[in-house]
Amino acid sequence: MLDIKNLHASIDNNKILNGIDLEIKAGEVHAIMGPNGSGKSTLASVLAGRSEYEITDGTVTFNGKDLFELEIEERAREGLFLAFQYPQEIPGVNNVYLLKAAVNAVRKHRGLDEFDAYDFLSLVREKIKFMEMDEKFLHRGVNEGFSGGEKKRNEILQMLMLEPKLAVLDETDSGLDIDALKVVSKGVNAMRSDERGILMVTHYQRLLDYIKPDFVHVLMNGKIVKSGDHTLALELEAKGYDWLLDAEAA
Amino acid sequence: MKAIEDQIANKYKHGFVTDIESDTLPPGLDEDVVRHISRIKNEPEFLLNFRLKAFAHWKTLPKPDWAKLKIEPIDYQAISYYSAPKIDENAPKSLDEVDPKLLETYDKLGIPLHERARLAGVAVDAVFDSVSVATTFKDTLHKAGVIFGSFSEAAQNYPELIEEYLGTVVPIEDNFFAALNSAVFTDGSFVYIPKGVRCPMELSTYFRINAANTGQFERTLIIAEEGSHVSYLEGCTAPMRDENQLHAAVVELIAQKDAEIKYSTVQNWYPGDENGLGGIYNFVTKRGDCRGDRSKISWTQVETGSAITWKYPSCLLKGDYSVGEFYSVAVTNNYQQADTGTKMIHIGKNTKSTIIAKGISAGKSNSSYRGLVKILPSAENARNYSQCDSLLMGSTCGAHTFPYIEAKNPTAKIEHEATTSKVSDDQLFYCRQRGISEEDAVNMIVNGFCKSVFQELPMEFAVEAQALLAVSLEGAVG
Repeated sequence: MLDIKNLHASIDNNKILNGIDLEIKAGEVHAIMGPNGSGKSTLASVLAGRSEYEITDGTVTFNGKDLFELEIEERAREGLFLAFQYPQEIPGVNNVYLLKAAVNAVRKHRGLDEFDAYDFLSLVREKIKFMEMDEKFLHRGVNEGFSGGEKKRNEILQMLMLEPKLAVLDETDSGLDIDALKVVSKGVNAMRSDERGILMVTHYQRLLDYIKPDFVHVLMNGKIVKSGDHTLALELEAKGYDWLLDAEAA
Repeated sequence: MKAIEDQIANKYKHGFVTDIESDTLPPGLDEDVVRHISRIKNEPEFLLNFRLKAFAHWKTLPKPDWAKLKIEPIDYQAISYYSAPKIDENAPKSLDEVDPKLLETYDKLGIPLHERARLAGVAVDAVFDSVSVATTFKDTLHKAGVIFGSFSEAAQNYPELIEEYLGTVVPIEDNFFAALNSAVFTDGSFVYIPKGVRCPMELSTYFRINAANTGQFERTLIIAEEGSHVSYLEGCTAPMRDENQLHAAVVELIAQKDAEIKYSTVQNWYPGDENGLGGIYNFVTKRGDCRGDRSKISWTQVETGSAITWKYPSCLLKGDYSVGEFYSVAVTNNYQQADTGTKMIHIGKNTKSTIIAKGISAGKSNSSYRGLVKILPSAENARNYSQCDSLLMGSTCGAHTFPYIEAKNPTAKIEHEATTSKVSDDQLFYCRQRGISEEDAVNMIVNGFCKSVFQELPMEFAVEAQALLAVSLEGAVG
């Protein structure tokens, strides 16, 4: 469903991605790991369509479409979801209001009827319970005054409601205590399905104890330098990243 | 963004001209014009004297010096001071007698007098150019003892009320435009709520400037007797014209003991084109007088139109425990200028005021909040809370805040908060990543910013205000 070929991207003339090749098929869970500054979050941002990044080479195909031909919101409606590392606060806009607008925009794109208020609320109540969040979060401003953990839960709640085809999780585990990590992981695991791809960007192996990936890739200096199964993550945890850099150089 | 740019050209939706014969005085202003207006309206003697006194005073006043506004000099002799749709000797007595073309105009504006009013249970008084055309629901209101209609009618039917209250809140000497209005006002609304009556419906006035080169000088007077309650709404539009048109209204509110007046405005006068050509000069004096103890006056305004807006709906808090409120959203785009705010004058003991002002600037526009909180020595335990927030869109607009505070009683508690923020790319990206279009995202963020003001508006006005905001800011981000 997602096919990245030779992707190069830069920001302010600094090259960040230097030829990424990655294919994600429906049903697969991929994890991208790597040290700070390796380009992990850039990859997530480029996929979602952040305009600061310039694509200098390569192609990305998503559901058979040229991803770079699609506007940010079109990518989202096509089923690409980004769980943000730093979710934005939007004061005064009800969390539930944004959620409903988003869900209905996506449903409309898929040729489905917009939810009426009753159906929507029943669904959102079910999901918010699953994410072990208080219903009062629905009526607070989007992420306004949420703690770090609450923001991340809210991201996953949005994902559960939007049912994307491809979920990109950008450092979703950062800043989470162990209880929040368990809840967030529960949400992500609930989304695992034969029709859905998941791409997790993470710094730590810890998340992968809870969400076991099918593939692990190591990103360094804007390139995937090694791929393997989930045991690669354990190896990285034990040995760090430097040995890969040496291997690369040699 | 192209689609949005395409829409800018036809964005002012109320810019049509109604082809209708009108009785218009030739441009120019002298004592004869003042007398002429009074004569057309068959006014009682005291009103003519009121006008003449105001005119004599106006002539002595220097033209106002503008603080933060850039204004081409206005030629007061080039304006026509009276324009009425031409009708028979007898004014329409019911909706059926109103010129169908006029009713069509109101339909285009989205206020079909018949249906919308009936559905919404809102009584509408519509002022077209200078005269009041029709008032709906007169009978229902009459039964409740409420007087609601045109100012001209009231001058005929209730001269004693007009004489008692007119000019007691905004004296003719108050300022340049108040003096001008007092001399040449042509119509407006009059509301009287008797003692203990809760007005059974929202009262609403719709103002429209149609004729070219005319000014609109309306005069509104609302009197709420002891223990009464009224909610009043006004909406304003004007056709697109290259020339600037002058609108200088005066609104006076009087709240007696335990009375409450809620006054809401959605102002959408023509703002001029994207190069700053044309548009309405909106110079308005609005003041509420909390005369009785425990009275309350609440101003809510959404200002999206006009080339220049200059208004400071204010409250004189005379009664002990009286309350003044001001909730404002002012939006400027392109070359619009807005200088708006409020004055809260605390005179009585334990008086309380709240000011929530939200300014949104886009394009090359400038918006200023100018407010005065004044605590007189007599105002023991006065309290004020002010919050002024500015939201900037793009980097070529400006927002300014001028809060003036004068506290002459040591028991006063005054709080002031101010913020300036931008619609951030990160917020837009976040919304769009959830599938929401850029335009909807901007509207959502802006509406969130304005929420604490919008929730003060009556329901149907809140919906209209949100829609107006969307139109005003089309193409503002990109």
